[in-house]
Amino acid sequence: MIRTAALLSVLALAVAAPAAASERHPSLAELEGEVMCPTCHTTLDESNSAIAQQIKAFIRVRIAEGKTKSQIESELVDNFGPSILAAPPKRGWDLLAWVLPLGGLGLGALVLGFLAWRWTRDRDRPGSGGGARLDPELERRLDAELARFDG
Amino acid sequence: MNRSLKLGAQAVVVAGVLALLALLVWRVAHPQQSNLPELVRSGKKPAAPSFSLPRLDGEGRIELAGLRGKAVVINFWASWCGPCRKEAPRLQAAWARYGPNRLVVLGIDSQDFKGDARKFARKYGLTYPIVHDASGTTYGPYGLTGFPETFFVNRDGKIVGYVSGELSQQDLTENIRRALA
Repeated sequence: MIRTAALLSVLALAVAAPAAASERHPSLAELEGEVMCPTCHTTLDESNSAIAQQIKAFIRVRIAEGKTKSQIESELVDNFGPSILAAPPKRGWDLLAWVLPLGGLGLGALVLGFLAWRWTRDRDRPGSGGGARLDPELERRLDAELARFDG
Repeated sequence: MNRSLKLGAQAVVVAGVLALLALLVWRVAHPQQSNLPELVRSGKKPAAPSFSLPRLDGEGRIELAGLRGKAVVINFWASWCGPCRKEAPRLQAAWARYGPNRLVVLGIDSQDFKGDARKFARKYGLTYPIVHDASGTTYGPYGLTGFPETFFVNRDGKIVGYVSGELSQQDLTENIRRALA
């Protein structure tokens, strides 16, 4: 139990540490993949349009000023609206975009688990599913045929 | 009991699929992008879609409905757009000549940094009102495809002229005349 908890803590730290570092010291390459070019509807790293160049220059300057990722994103949203971010923010209504797919997966797993459980239960129950009895006359004829082949 | 539960679940699934289908049909039938430019080109006079946007200088908002009774030149632009630089002095000259009682030139800056847009306005000495559409809320209703695009609205709020791309002096004069008529 303690070992599992320790393992989970190490795993959480391994995930959280790079995220915190990226928040404090974002890189241009990272943000280029997370910010949209408003005129071409691709991420910045796939665009060379005039506005994409301006946004890249803006990000470069802000990184040099020591701004955090959230601060840079917030300034971009203020100028271009929320659609400038490739992924919706994890708050308010936009949180639904993150929660619903995971919720759907969880629900699907539950339904599958329930169906599998019911199926195995029904199969194990005498007189149902895999244990279905044959008609006595048919069973007798089948035994007779098998005996003839064995014979 | 088991059977009714199964039927209920099936009904829920069918209802869900039908709802998604209805949503799809509705989205196809109601595209976000309007065909306003085509309507104007074909000689119709559609009503100018309303909007209320914050001023670029940060001092309040401008509502299109508040300009009713005056002709309005709605110019969509951005500081990084080349043709916008060329037409800006012509728009400023029209504002100086006809505004503000008979005609209002209204710039809508979008897909742009507000700071860059302010620098642009200073550089070209633009004194006509400019608003900033950060989220691009006017895009769909006006059927925009790029920058610059200009709509000419008459005193009744109907669009009587449309120019895609750089405004020539002739385009500007003819369309303003139509909007003021």
